[in-house]
Amino acid sequence: MNMSANHFASPDDAETLSRLRDRLGLAAEAQGLLDVAYTTVDSPVGPLLLAATPHGLVRVAYDVEDHDQVLSTLSRRISPRVLRAPRRLDVAARELDEYFGGRRRVFDLPLDRSLSAGFRQLVQRHLPEIEYGQTRTYGQLAQLVGNPRAVRAVGTACATNPLPVVVPCHRVLRADGSVGGYIGGSSAKQALLRLEAAA
Amino acid sequence: MKPPFEKLVERSGGVVLRVCRVMLSAHDAEDAWSETFLAALRAYPELPDDANAEAWLVTIARRKAIDVLRARKRQPAPIGEVPEAPTTLGVPGAEDGDLWQAVAALPDKQRQAVAYHYVAGLAYAEIAGILGGTSGAARRAAADGVKNLRKNYPGAATEGAPS
Repeated sequence: MNMSANHFASPDDAETLSRLRDRLGLAAEAQGLLDVAYTTVDSPVGPLLLAATPHGLVRVAYDVEDHDQVLSTLSRRISPRVLRAPRRLDVAARELDEYFGGRRRVFDLPLDRSLSAGFRQLVQRHLPEIEYGQTRTYGQLAQLVGNPRAVRAVGTACATNPLPVVVPCHRVLRADGSVGGYIGGSSAKQALLRLEAAA
Repeated sequence: MKPPFEKLVERSGGVVLRVCRVMLSAHDAEDAWSETFLAALRAYPELPDDANAEAWLVTIARRKAIDVLRARKRQPAPIGEVPEAPTTLGVPGAEDGDLWQAVAALPDKQRQAVAYHYVAGLAYAEIAGILGGTSGAARRAAADGVKNLRKNYPGAATEGAPS
């Protein structure tokens, strides 16, 4: 006789499991065990992964970054208690939706900046000072943060921004006017700039 | 490196659910599933990186299910005698519904011993703790169950059977 656990499978397992997983996310949140909650949302620049700690939104990731890879990094750097639990991302998802619909210019949700440190975090904190629809060069941003010679380091800070779109590193361009690199690819950067120019 | 906990839920959620179903009613099985994954989530940061996560989850699930069964035994349901009829434990598998029907038709003790041992992977001593009696009695119930299955379900392969 060759029995296995498969004999206890049923066609509605998928539905039951999806319900149980939703319930697990809520219970984990209630018991303070949800160190990193995440979800994915569709956007005009492709699917975005949104992740939040209890302190705030900690990561926005483009599809090209490989979401599995991003989750592994969050697991290693923050906590392995990572669950798909969309509720904590409701506000972020709504604000992004408004932004992509041209109905929001400023994000005002709590952010967890623990993935960046030092000068990079300092630069990233200054990025929201570049207003919607405006652009700056890397050199101008270096001046803005009070370190005009640190152009390369400013570039690195923008390239490693863990919260793209929400923290607007896409508004920083090269001195020659070309768009420069972007964590989501240069076509995503151009799409965001077009969106803001049109609104 | 330790994968995000969500990966464990994805990979092993179904196995844990089947283990719980084999031991409990549908409703209790879902509660045991939730308790299993909550307990695992709590302990996950301390799990060694090279541990077999699925085996770990199944161990927690069996412990949670045994807790539920013991609690049920302390508060017996108000029926005089448990009928020796097919129960609602589990649902027939798509590929081998006949075998499951044959299992479900076994006398209660035999059915439970077979399910706990062969599907949930419990040791006979653990099964004795649930069913009452000795581990020898649990082993005999499982052996009688398998013998009955061989008789009533001729299609069953014989490899992997206990001697």
